[in-house]
Amino acid sequence: MELIKRLLLLLLCSSTLKAQQFTSRNGYIGFFSGTPLEDIKAENKQVYVIIDTDKKQLAFTCLVKGFLFKKQLMQQHFNENYIESDQYPKASFLGSYTGDVTINKKGTYAIQVTGQLTLHGVTKTITAPATLVVNGQTLTGETMFKVNPADFNIAIPALVRDKIAKQIDVRVQAACNPK
Amino acid sequence: MLDMLNDSLTATTPPMAVTSAFKATQIINMVTVEAVGKRTLQFMIMHRFGELSDGAYALFGLDNAEIRFGLDYGITRAISVGVGRSSLDKAYDANLKIKLLQQTPGRMPVSVSVYGLLTHTTFPLKNEKPFLNARLRTAYTSQLLIARKFNSRLSLQLSPTLLHFNLVPSLADKNTMAAMAAGGRFKVTKRISINAEYDWLFGNPVTSYKQYPSLSTGLDIETGGHVFQLVFTNSRGMTAPYYLAKTLGTWQKGNIYFGFNVSRVFNFNK
Repeated sequence: MELIKRLLLLLLCSSTLKAQQFTSRNGYIGFFSGTPLEDIKAENKQVYVIIDTDKKQLAFTCLVKGFLFKKQLMQQHFNENYIESDQYPKASFLGSYTGDVTINKKGTYAIQVTGQLTLHGVTKTITAPATLVVNGQTLTGETMFKVNPADFNIAIPALVRDKIAKQIDVRVQAACNPK
Repeated sequence: MLDMLNDSLTATTPPMAVTSAFKATQIINMVTVEAVGKRTLQFMIMHRFGELSDGAYALFGLDNAEIRFGLDYGITRAISVGVGRSSLDKAYDANLKIKLLQQTPGRMPVSVSVYGLLTHTTFPLKNEKPFLNARLRTAYTSQLLIARKFNSRLSLQLSPTLLHFNLVPSLADKNTMAAMAAGGRFKVTKRISINAEYDWLFGNPVTSYKQYPSLSTGLDIETGGHVFQLVFTNSRGMTAPYYLAKTLGTWQKGNIYFGFNVSRVFNFNK
């Protein structure tokens, strides 16, 4: 009886938090362009994120039409003229990270992420520092980096050139749960 | 891993509403389904020169001009109000546009808005026509705006219309008229489009003068907060009662008015 109890206990213990993949469907991506003429700000709160802590890989993808602006005309121009969301509906990232993360132990871990960002049909390599916060069952990833619209073939006409910053600040944040 | 994520995204995201069927709130004369936007003010100048058939002496119509100023404000994303004034008949107008349905793939094939317009002439004729009181100077227009964005280049719209004039030139003319406005735009580049519009009255409600269907073509150029529309039309007036029921010239006879619509959008969102 003691043995069976011990075996059962062992079985139960062996299925503690050892999930390899963490996912989220409500990840956040916000971008900001600040110029003396105009500030441009948009947020997408429906980003799909997946973090694989075993393989040390992560990916996110979202619909570009999900970026919401306070100014409707800005949102229209973003979709129609700049990002051309009808032709390139998705923005995605696939990469890997370095740095040790103990997923059983609560805490904040600094990692370095490298990967391919695909936007407007163009893929570019992005490297950025990031943090992974372990809190119980939730793994929260957060990072900030800059992108240059010209790198992704986003054409900005000379007339409005000064209204859009050369480097756009991007912030990604996702609280993921085990799959 | 990314493919699996993308498949998941495509499968579970609900279809998103189609936006920007038209870049402006007018095709040429007719009003589009597009709402001005919440807390957004749009100022529009509509200008029609004289007729090309005026000949070289009048610089093919450039010597003459009819103008309409309009100011539209979006109270919410769906509701906008506007006021305007035309130099033709010195008519003031007020309008209300409400977006009812939004085109969404798989759910709603068209975007539908309802539009009401009130026009009030103020030309002075107190001595010759003392009977002209406020009621007789007023006309009402109701339109159902039905539009579909077929792809990123082509959008088409139909606007079945009901017009009511409190005063018509003769007893034989009808006060209430039904009309249809049909128009569309074809985007040539990201910011330039070619537009066309054809409007006609049903039946023969006007008999005291010869009234023709309105045919217009235009070119749109969008630059940041402005949309410039260069137009050719055989209608002199720029509000519904005029271009639908008081178009007195035809393209064949050279009664073509060159003109432009310019709109500028101001935002009050922080």
